[in-house]
Amino acid sequence: MTLADCQGRHLLIQAELDGELDVAATAALTAHLQTCPSCAALRRDLLNLRVQLRGEITPEQAPDALRQFLMSRLKPKPRPWRRPAYAMAGGLAIAAILLLILPRATPDPLLDQAVALHIRALQPGHLLDVATSNQHVVKPWFDGRIDFAPPVVDLAQQGFPLLGGRLDYLGRRPAAVLVYGRDRHMIDLFVVPKTGGSLAGTMTLDGYNTLAWTKGDMTLIAVSDVTTADLRGFQAAWNAAR
Amino acid sequence: MSDDDGFARTVLPHLDAAWRLARWLVREPAAAEDVVQDSLVRALTYFASFRGGDGRAWLLRIVRNTAVNRSSSLARRAEDQLDTTESGAHANLVDLAASPEAVLQQTEAHATLAERVAALPTGLREAIVLREFEEMSYRDIAAITGVPMGTVMSRLWQARQILLERPAPPAGGKTAKDKTA
Repeated sequence: MTLADCQGRHLLIQAELDGELDVAATAALTAHLQTCPSCAALRRDLLNLRVQLRGEITPEQAPDALRQFLMSRLKPKPRPWRRPAYAMAGGLAIAAILLLILPRATPDPLLDQAVALHIRALQPGHLLDVATSNQHVVKPWFDGRIDFAPPVVDLAQQGFPLLGGRLDYLGRRPAAVLVYGRDRHMIDLFVVPKTGGSLAGTMTLDGYNTLAWTKGDMTLIAVSDVTTADLRGFQAAWNAAR
Repeated sequence: MSDDDGFARTVLPHLDAAWRLARWLVREPAAAEDVVQDSLVRALTYFASFRGGDGRAWLLRIVRNTAVNRSSSLARRAEDQLDTTESGAHANLVDLAASPEAVLQQTEAHATLAERVAALPTGLREAIVLREFEEMSYRDIAAITGVPMGTVMSRLWQARQILLERPAPPAGGKTAKDKTA
């Protein structure tokens, strides 16, 4: 079959990669891709382009000047009934809060990035490149997409069911992301070959909890809005299952 | 919760996204900073009319409109000065009207991917950066850029064909002629 036979299907392939196809249309397209090399090649090219774009172009952060500008626009309105001392205390309290919000002192940029990727993945239409609780499907899915073999385990028995996986870029390198559920929450586990830094322990960034540890040759970073205690439980379950 | 609190909660988390979009649309950091500042002022003014929901799409729409308005007023000014200026604002004009084919020819073969994205016509560029870097849905991109979803799909397709260095669309051949700026 040539591409000409598949006129009009290119937008379907694009929509599927963009997470805009419903389940039925995705299934039909997947069946077609198995028999049509040119459509399969098109999908691969588009996917490669995405990997390249996200890998080569690092997301920028807004300059601090803009954060300060925004804050300067949010001056509290004076309340006439307030005595000056209270007003000043209030001002100091607001200043303290702003200090907490504004410069996000981050010990490791990887953590900051992992949290940003996690937040991005929580947006509607987020990327779950492979959505299955079957670890034997998730693991081979990463073959050929990244140059290391991420350990994949399902922890449904321990209360952390595997939901799927996706490919992300962490520290300008490809990272395997294993997505686990916890009640109604989601845990992203970033798996990358061991980094040089001494990334370990828990940290809270932007209201999300992170827990980093090293196991074998891999550095693991879990990001979620579940409690730190839950993340510790997750870490223990994960380490025990390996 | 005061309005200011609500505004900060709505806007602060998306400041990075606002900055990135402004950078892709107007390029120079100083200009991008102006665009985001203007957008924040406008967002604060309109915040009373914000009905909740997706604060990111709401803010990005304001940023996009601010950047586009700025570019078109720069373009008008540059047109007035066509005899005298050979570079500067005038140079920025090229991509507002260029067809994808022309862009492809202009773009150096050794240009980095980022440079090739930056060289895309505005309509294609805003669609592809919102999709790839902000992971916005077609619906949100349509709302932010003020075009129908079908146009978003065809712009994404064209942008990707150019970035894959395959200017001719396999189906029809009509899409490349769509007005994109």
